[in-house]
Amino acid sequence: MDLVFLSRLQFAFTTAFHILFPTFTIGLAFFLVVVEVLWLRSRDEMYYRMYRFWVKIFALHFAVGVVSGITLEFEFGTNFSHFSQYVANVMAPLLAFEGMTAFFLEAGFLGIMLFGWNRVSPSIHFLSTCLVALGATLSSFWIMAANAWMQTPSGFEMVDGELMVRSFREVIFNPAFPTHLSHMILASYETSAFAIAGIAAWFLIRKEHTAFFGRSLKIALIMAAVIAPAQVMIGDMKGLSTAKHQPAKLAAMEGHWETNTEGGAAFKLFAIPDMEAERNRLEISVPNGLSYLITHSRDGRVQGLKDFPKEDRPNALITYWSFRVMVGIGFLFIGVMVWALVLAVRKQLYTSTPFLKTLVAVQPLGFLAVVMGWITTEVGRQPWVAYGLMRTAEGVSPIHPGNVLWSFSVFILFFGIIGTSYFYYILKILRSGPDLSSPIPPVQIPSGMRPVEDVLKEV
Amino acid sequence: MMMDLVQLWMALVGLVVILYVILDGFGLGIGLLFPTAGTEEERDTLMNAIAPIWDANQTWIVFGGGALFAAFPKIYTVLFSALYIPLLTFLFGLIFRGVAFEFRANTQNKKAWNRAFFIGSLVAVLGQGFTLGGYITGVRVVDGAFAGGPFDWLNPFTLIVGLALVVGYILLGATFLIIKTEGTVQERAFRQAFWAALITAGFMLLVSAWTPYHAPELAARWFTEPRVYFVWNFPLLGIIAFGMLLWSLNKKKELMPFLSSILLFLSAYLGLEAAIYPLAVPPDLTVYEAAAQRETQVFTLWGVVVVLPVVLGYTVYSYRVFRGKVAEAEGYH
Ligand code: HDD
Ligand code: HEM
Ligand code: HEM
Repeated sequence: MDLVFLSRLQFAFTTAFHILFPTFTIGLAFFLVVVEVLWLRSRDEMYYRMYRFWVKIFALHFAVGVVSGITLEFEFGTNFSHFSQYVANVMAPLLAFEGMTAFFLEAGFLGIMLFGWNRVSPSIHFLSTCLVALGATLSSFWIMAANAWMQTPSGFEMVDGELMVRSFREVIFNPAFPTHLSHMILASYETSAFAIAGIAAWFLIRKEHTAFFGRSLKIALIMAAVIAPAQVMIGDMKGLSTAKHQPAKLAAMEGHWETNTEGGAAFKLFAIPDMEAERNRLEISVPNGLSYLITHSRDGRVQGLKDFPKEDRPNALITYWSFRVMVGIGFLFIGVMVWALVLAVRKQLYTSTPFLKTLVAVQPLGFLAVVMGWITTEVGRQPWVAYGLMRTAEGVSPIHPGNVLWSFSVFILFFGIIGTSYFYYILKILRSGPDLSSPIPPVQIPSGMRPVEDVLKEV
Repeated sequence: MMMDLVQLWMALVGLVVILYVILDGFGLGIGLLFPTAGTEEERDTLMNAIAPIWDANQTWIVFGGGALFAAFPKIYTVLFSALYIPLLTFLFGLIFRGVAFEFRANTQNKKAWNRAFFIGSLVAVLGQGFTLGGYITGVRVVDGAFAGGPFDWLNPFTLIVGLALVVGYILLGATFLIIKTEGTVQERAFRQAFWAALITAGFMLLVSAWTPYHAPELAARWFTEPRVYFVWNFPLLGIIAFGMLLWSLNKKKELMPFLSSILLFLSAYLGLEAAIYPLAVPPDLTVYEAAAQRETQVFTLWGVVVVLPVVLGYTVYSYRVFRGKVAEAEGYH
């Protein structure tokens, strides 16, 4: 078996598994901050109950995120040691800072957030929730800086064939970074908002705990309504940045082979790129579309894939389609939000069964879009592991492929077991529904609290 | 004698590693002791003793990996490829140990996750021990990269180090349980700590006596200047710690056994460090060859200087929040 191929496959598998978890952690932590603010300000017991319900899901989710993340950090050394050695001066501090500033913060306050109810005051508890959410966001700051640097390396100089840092500011704030980070954070919020909305809708359809889940749905939809359009805008900016800094990737994403010399470049609505034949099979295109998108003019020049030597081209078939799926989901989400707006105006948001069913159906799509986005980004960077600096094939560790075959199969088995159990327990938590009755720790009860029964009477 | 930047970083990485060993060590030790709990309630007590803090403890290895990567990339890359199998075994163990906390809390039928918690801890500790044993054994390096085979680390010495770590962590776990529990669980922890102390001491003697045969160059370093003037402090520290440990267990002290166990670990660790330094990876890669560019070390050091005190501060705070005996019905979130 081929060492390079196995190492890549294992890395792709483990990161793709891992990323499903941070995505929801980041967004759900933000949601919990909102719920806790509402609880502390309104003293409405329902919000306290909401926190306790969603935090169960959060805790389960977080645990799987942590154990899958730890292996990633080690994989740089175990599987990509030549790459790690080559970029260490420049990139490694970003991972060290991630540990120092983000993971400690999350893990340190998670304990209080989950187990501290009897032991700390409401404000300390709230602070802990905020710090866990901050930690999650900071961790994406550093890891996205590291990944963005691999896309658009900067801030270094070559001394005797070794990478030396010139400026850490340039390393962190490399050209791809601003859109990389904002796109990922929005993706987390958007995915989480739709996941929460889907769960809430499921209960509303079954007419269980309607007051409870009506409120959860409302918060989630407000989040989604703000973020869905913003994500498309950032996505567009990201495309422009890719066109400027990684033109080969953009060409692959768009199935664009020939640089347009006369007139505009067409946008390929549907295509099956063929790497061998260097053209698209079955192509449906919009004249001048691509030039409009990328250069905002009718006949702007967009570099085609054929401009690059064959050995420097990313796989266009994968990149083209993973990108389409992600963008498709982005627009689908906007469509859902337009529908929600119409229903909100007619005051049918919580009762329209077709709408609620749609929310349940689109719930997993955010996660799919995230993985597809990452595939676009990472496959589109190939054959480079650090763009223009080092090829992936040069980056792998000098180890026997048997090592990787072993670890990869264990990963598949273990993540399979853990993923399945995770789903099973999440469904179990959902099926048993919110707990509206167990006593609230006395330190947490505010004076003048509005009990759940009052809310339920009104509905 | 002024410390230069590289030495300072070596000390810092050393500190982070031993912090990890102690902090996650007692958590893993509790995992190893898990099957000895008689009832489901007792198992709850054991888990609740560490549930709020295990994640923060484990984070020291995540930071340790990042710090090693940033400050001594060559150690990170060479060692991690050389010890691929033991390291990933360690991580595979951590995976099941880690999810067991949450999965077990969410099910009525706890058997499967009880087992996962124990086996995960055991596999993680053995993996760690094999990693350490393989490190002492030495790594074949050519042109700054690993150049050996996948099983170079595997030998009787490494296996013994793995077993030694299992018993050592049981000692840490049991003495921590003495602090956090009462009644039957605590009584049992006293007995467990006593036996674990004896066996740990035996293993320490065995490993110390074996190292000169297994890695003669390391043992020889003990007798070079200026080391020869102070290294004898470490065995002495170990003997004192062992004495304190037995005494305090006998007197049924609650905090002292844990502190003495930490001291015992420190003595072994410092003794080993004294033999290895200034090597980064035995037998011949030195810390200076392994160090990153100066600017990188300085930049990361700034982070450590500013951030780590804060981290230690809130870690202490969180231990204070959860101080005292584990409460029976302290509900899971
Ligand atoms: C800090 C760095 C970093 C980050 C944040 C990510 N990756 Fe990555 N990715 C790599 C660093 C990397 C890598 C080490 O550089 C790999 C291994 C081989 C390669 O070319 O790049 C890689 C490869 C790689 C591949 C295989 C590409 C190929 O070989 O054709 C996929 C599909 C992904 N990654 C997916 C992801 C996902 C889903 C991520 C979300 C967490 C992710 N990557 C984050
Ligand atoms: C390949 C790159 C990645 C590596 C090496 C990595 C590393 C890690 C590690 C070691 C942990 C466990 C930390 C702990 O013990 O608390 C972790 C968890 C986490 N990671 Fe990643 N990670 C990667 C990708 C990402 C990305 C792209 C994001 C965000 C956009 C992210 C966000 C998080 C968050 C929020 C956690 C906390 C646990 C959770 O959310 O469930 N990671 N990661
Ligand atoms: C229609 C809207 C969207 C557009 C135009 C868009 C555009 C892009 C572009 C150009 C890339 C980068 C490829 C590269 O240069 O590396 C990307 C990556 C990505 N996209 Fe999207 N996207 C959209 C919607 C979404 C949605 C809805 C999600 C998830 C909920 C998402 C998640 C991601 C992720 C996770 C990545 C990889 C990480 C990153 O680069 O930040 N995208 N997207």
